Amino acid sequence: MSIELGHFALVLAFAISAISAVTGLVFWKRETIAGYLQQGAVLQLLLVVAAFAALVQAFVTSDFSLKLAAEHANSAQPLIYKITAVWGNHEGSMVLWVLILVIMGAGVAAFGRNLPKDLLSLVLSMQSLLAAAFLGFTLFTSNPFLRLSPAPFEGKDLNPILQDIGLAIHPPLLYTGYVGFSVCFSFAIAALISGRIDAAWARWVRPWTLFSWAFLTLGIAMGSYWAYYELGWGGWWFWDPVENASFMPWLAGTALLHSALVMEKRNALKIWTVFLAIITFSLSLLGTFMVRSGILTSVHTFATDPTRGMVILALLAAFIGGAFSLFAFRASALRAGGLFAPISREGALILNNLFLAAATVAVLVGTLYPLLLEAFTGETISVGAPFFNLTFGAIMAPLLIILPFGPFLAWKRGDLIGVTQRLAGAAGLALFAAVLCFALTGASVSLAPLGLLLGFWVAFGALAELVDRAKFFRTDVVTSFRRLFGLPRTAWATALAHFGLGVSVIGIVAASAWQAELVTTMTAGQVATIAGHEVTFSGIAHEEGPNYASDAGTFQVRAPGGEIRTAVAERRVYVQSRMPTTEASILTYGFSQLYLQLGEPQADGKSVVRLWFKPYVTLIWLGCLLMAGAGFLSLSYRRLRIGAPQPSASRVPAE
Amino acid sequence: MTRKQKRLAIIAGLGAVLVVAAGLIFVALRDQIVFFYSPSEIHEKAIAAGTPIRLGGLVKQGSWKREGETSDFVVTDGATDMSVHYVGLLPDLFREGQGVVIEGSVSPAGTFAATNVLAKHDETYMPREVVDELKKRGEWQREGAAL
Repeated sequence: MSIELGHFALVLAFAISAISAVTGLVFWKRETIAGYLQQGAVLQLLLVVAAFAALVQAFVTSDFSLKLAAEHANSAQPLIYKITAVWGNHEGSMVLWVLILVIMGAGVAAFGRNLPKDLLSLVLSMQSLLAAAFLGFTLFTSNPFLRLSPAPFEGKDLNPILQDIGLAIHPPLLYTGYVGFSVCFSFAIAALISGRIDAAWARWVRPWTLFSWAFLTLGIAMGSYWAYYELGWGGWWFWDPVENASFMPWLAGTALLHSALVMEKRNALKIWTVFLAIITFSLSLLGTFMVRSGILTSVHTFATDPTRGMVILALLAAFIGGAFSLFAFRASALRAGGLFAPISREGALILNNLFLAAATVAVLVGTLYPLLLEAFTGETISVGAPFFNLTFGAIMAPLLIILPFGPFLAWKRGDLIGVTQRLAGAAGLALFAAVLCFALTGASVSLAPLGLLLGFWVAFGALAELVDRAKFFRTDVVTSFRRLFGLPRTAWATALAHFGLGVSVIGIVAASAWQAELVTTMTAGQVATIAGHEVTFSGIAHEEGPNYASDAGTFQVRAPGGEIRTAVAERRVYVQSRMPTTEASILTYGFSQLYLQLGEPQADGKSVVRLWFKPYVTLIWLGCLLMAGAGFLSLSYRRLRIGAPQPSASRVPAE
Repeated sequence: MTRKQKRLAIIAGLGAVLVVAAGLIFVALRDQIVFFYSPSEIHEKAIAAGTPIRLGGLVKQGSWKREGETSDFVVTDGATDMSVHYVGLLPDLFREGQGVVIEGSVSPAGTFAATNVLAKHDETYMPREVVDELKKRGEWQREGAAL
């Protein structure tokens, strides 16, 4: 019964979003329409929540008369995986996508009371249009509410790789990031239609950009860590098309975050900011298309239906094509403003945007080139890590070099020599740290020293800004600390985000350059040594989990310091699907990790074991957490100002 | 600097960066891409030893021999067989009779030295390249099993 109610709620949400979109786009100039659209947005939210709840209930109660539950859930699964199984498949993940979309719409309705009525109406109608399109797509090509008759006694089980806490966290975070940019997109379209765009517009868009960006950062980092520990390949980034699909909106979103800053403070870069807002969400849609259509071979590809791909492609073409046509016709109506010298805060932010845009293009080309080449010549190729490391690395390096200069430069006209002097301390420290690392490790990897130097430079450069603004070493320590804690949260957020980036870079370089790997065959009692860690194999024991059988290999690991820890790496076979998986065991030592993986047992009782030692690998994700944290920190400060959109440039200290 | 000069300096700087980036992408695309071949294509095109490529096909029934961490097996597209030598852990879903994509290069002896055997996420999923290749060779039987 609740299945039918959920289905009905989804249909009703589709109808309401379609009506909201059409009436909103026709009557946006009328003041009274905004109120109706706000109610419409809230109704859409309630209805989609009801539909989603119906799905969750069917999965939790193991109602296998629901086709989706029968295909992707099993009554023996732990409760958490019954819930996450709702979005561990195509249909359910589309419902989650739409759910987040309508949450964003309702968010705009709730926080947008101070927006001009016509702008609010346009933004809400664009959100409704997106909701209508994707609700329609869900209902007509991938309906999650289909019934099975007769209902099977038992469900088929969720793909074992997805039976992990990662599925509970990664998709909702990532989708919140992806879909959050829809609000920026809607604001951009609204600006183009109304022809009105100013610093206030940027001030409304920036919190949404920050919010989406922070979630996308968390989502990507979580996905990377999940792939790292679950897939058992020991890598944390594969330049896989679907990873790229989430990374491109992140790069474009990072650029948008910075260009919106210029627009808010200096009323410049208007057209470019609108363009970026459209591009960022277009890349999110492209990502959805690539994941959902199965057009590219990827670790995320499940068996898919080609007609869905065509429909998503059509939606993609309609939204992106429509947005760019509108942009082409209307962009000239937006007045440019704000003059500045090449060497200035604006200039640095433009360079930031330029490098980020170039990096986005490099990733886009690498991701789509195999598709295009195959379509035109029939040759099947893959563009792998070497391409991306070369192009992306070469584009990122200059960005990291100039990054610490940006926050030091003044708006309008900066003093490069003065800034260089103020950054000399950070540069010296970075050089010292990088040289020290090499003296201690004695390694001679070609590019690693430079990479490490860049990481330290960005991290110390970020801290140098705080030190400089607090006037450390130029006044007494107490005053400095008072100044430090009196700095606006946005200054802390900028420094924290840049510091996080530096931390990630250090982690990436260290884990890539000094990783140790060992594949060996072991019998019980045998000892293997990797990076000073003595790993003793204790043997394999058979265990039964709730819905799987497991062969668990136990290891005693003796760290160089003498500390002994136990690691258990498993090989599981899931009862229902008969699918084998490996569960790697990861021991964390400080920031470094020892990664143990068990291979198939051999006939003579031996086991193949794969060991990795990954120095400072956790810094990669820690840096991402710092960046996302910085986003939320900045957001917590800005919230105070969302409600008061009067011109406030004079009151706000320069960031 | 006058307004015009400032604008010119900014545009010239942007243009220079873009040109360098475009050149980089172009060079990388020429040198860093990896082609995908079936065993028959490797044979027909006489791929030079040592060139990094991807090999796709089915793992031949009864061909998989393991010794410790080394594996030897045969990848076939029905017409031609290719012996593969790999040191390391095979993915969980590696089975005889199933489709695989293998990264590596042809060794001077004519066998395939694998550096990586790509895993699948899903029992019913087969790499698209393998499906296309098998269809081309008329070896595709599992109607609707994947994709």
